[in-house]
Amino acid sequence: MDFFFSLFMSGLTKGSIYALIALGYTMVYGIIALINFAHGEIYMIGAFIALIFTMHLSAPPVSMTGWTLLLTVAAIAAIYSGMYGWTVEKIAYQPLRGASRLAPLISAIGMSIFLQNYVQLVQTSNFLVFPDLIPQIELPLSWAKTLNRTNFIILIFTALSMATLTFFIKFTRMGMAMRAVAQDPTMAQLSGINLDRVISVTFIIGSVLAALGGLLIGCSIRQIDFYIGFLAGMKAFTAAVLGGIGSIPGAVIGALILGFAESFAAGYISSSYKDMVAFIILIIILTFRPGGIMGTTQTQKV
Amino acid sequence: MATLWISFLAYPLVVLRINTNTKSLDPQWSRLPILAASVFVITIIWRFLLKRRSYLRLTKAVNEASGLSVPKATWLTTVAKSRYRRKLLVVLLVIVAIIPFVSTPYTVNIMTTALIYITLGLGLNVVVGVSGLLNLGYVAFYAIGAYTYALLGYYFGLSFWICLPLGALFSTILGFLLGLPIIRLSGDYLAIVTLSFGEITRLVLTNLGFTRGPRGITNIKPPSFFGLNLNGAPKAFLVEHFGLHPVMDLNRLFIYFIILAVVVLTIICVYRLENSRLGRAWLALREDEIACQAMGINRTRAKLMAFALGSTWAGLAGVVFASQITFINPSSFSFMGSIMILSIVVLGGMDSIPGVIIGAAVLILLPEQLRFFSNYRMLIFGALMVTMMVFRPGGLIQSVREVYIHQASDSPPEPRPVVATPSTMDQEILND
Repeated sequence: MDFFFSLFMSGLTKGSIYALIALGYTMVYGIIALINFAHGEIYMIGAFIALIFTMHLSAPPVSMTGWTLLLTVAAIAAIYSGMYGWTVEKIAYQPLRGASRLAPLISAIGMSIFLQNYVQLVQTSNFLVFPDLIPQIELPLSWAKTLNRTNFIILIFTALSMATLTFFIKFTRMGMAMRAVAQDPTMAQLSGINLDRVISVTFIIGSVLAALGGLLIGCSIRQIDFYIGFLAGMKAFTAAVLGGIGSIPGAVIGALILGFAESFAAGYISSSYKDMVAFIILIIILTFRPGGIMGTTQTQKV
Repeated sequence: MATLWISFLAYPLVVLRINTNTKSLDPQWSRLPILAASVFVITIIWRFLLKRRSYLRLTKAVNEASGLSVPKATWLTTVAKSRYRRKLLVVLLVIVAIIPFVSTPYTVNIMTTALIYITLGLGLNVVVGVSGLLNLGYVAFYAIGAYTYALLGYYFGLSFWICLPLGALFSTILGFLLGLPIIRLSGDYLAIVTLSFGEITRLVLTNLGFTRGPRGITNIKPPSFFGLNLNGAPKAFLVEHFGLHPVMDLNRLFIYFIILAVVVLTIICVYRLENSRLGRAWLALREDEIACQAMGINRTRAKLMAFALGSTWAGLAGVVFASQITFINPSSFSFMGSIMILSIVVLGGMDSIPGVIIGAAVLILLPEQLRFFSNYRMLIFGALMVTMMVFRPGGLIQSVREVYIHQASDSPPEPRPVVATPSTMDQEILND
């Protein structure tokens, strides 16, 4: 039973990190129907920025520790990634608005290749050790058996970001504008919504969440390199589709399913098959529910 | 402004380099001015091109609105669509056939790769370009072809010539079987399922025992030329009389010509297919599914055919690839491969055969040319992809829809041949 619970917890942790990245995919897709391949790279850049500033801030002139360090680094990584997301959108996607559907996709792939190689060139292609940023906290003894402090912090962080995001989408003017654009871009523009601004905000929010994901995965896996964005991006994208792309709760559910599937497959079958199980689940679910779990299948009209 | 912004963005990554040995930050201030200068130049060029683009669009729109001139195609499109295109293709073919006799083995190898990718691109074009089904796992079918030859050769000693059709057949069957459950998925869901299928194939190949896992299969035999040792007497003859490079491996040369033949065959087949009843059905399905079904086109059947026929070419290319490279392992067939082939199709111009050829040539040969920039080549490659899409989103060669003119319904009054007009018929009857 202990084995089961530890697998459960690792699945939950992994799933919540996937959820953070998947939200970026699903929000961008919901608004401009683009698979943003460069999103995984933004997550990787988030992790790198976090690492660099950790080193910067924990060194003598500033020497922060504990919570201050973690929160400052998270904030800086989030802000920087948000800016990167915004810039990428302005350079690679905005000039392509109104082009055919595949053109922005290829542009996104190009951007992804560019960012990967950019980080590899200016930093390094080796694995980098990520410092343990999670402050020492005392967990109640009954939890500590299955839940270590890293997982605990990851869950708290994720839950907080989800709650903030939900609040933002549901109750602010910008959130309302985003929902309107997702439903019908033309109509939203006619009723006075600035489409460009909504899209920029979407990219920024997605990138901020991805950066948090990058920071947290760094804390939990403890090593990063320039290539981590690719696989994580693909998994998160799978999660987003699994839940029904364009739907925010769907992305979270899809990501959790994916996390559990991977963790249980690694525990009970074999770790070399864990990726396969995730993909097979995806194919099965899409065969029976072509719109994803939370997705709606739209009826086409002439 | 933009320069300042980008420099600010890039500052932590570029300037503060992490030193893995001392685990500390290694400030590299000298990089900052270089970065700022290059960003400044690039921004100015980018701005200029964007201005020019919007100006061109505006003039085009004005011209179209006032009916002054027909939209002008670019020279590439014009050349590709002119009436000399067949002759042009033949000339191109002759040039490509002569190349190995006047160049180095290295060039031949690169060219073989480019030709393999042309085949792949043309195959994927049937699925993505013509039928509009986004397939992100195309490399799986390529892997099936390659592994067919490698495994059958390894365990049963089957020859290249038997495996070539077998590889194509297996890929087609697999494409058909995969197509069955997923063909009703729409757009991006199809994309992600094909993507996962590609990954599953790679993982299966990595984990199964008889595929020898990540170690892959080595010593794949080159194709036999009627049981002749090509590197013996024939080579001496060619070196002496045709100016062949003396270190050229004739087996490689043979593979080069095989893949050239495959490409020619593919071009002919794909061209015929596109203009067939089925091809027109694909085009129509891509544009409007509901209208198609109303016209009595079997949607599922047409899409399945596209999926299966597209995979056939990947199988063929895979077999040739295995024989060219003589060593394959699952990592030769990663997701990046699918992306590469898709980029060829989109960059060259969707639904356009010359476009795919040029796209493959550019994407495979360009990184080789960029070796001059060594480390920076993939960086430049990615940037070029973005630039291409921003300034020519339709690809290098935009496709022009084939116009079918029904002979009898030509509206302008022309002097018709007298035979079939009702009046003459009446007269004939009268005369009788």
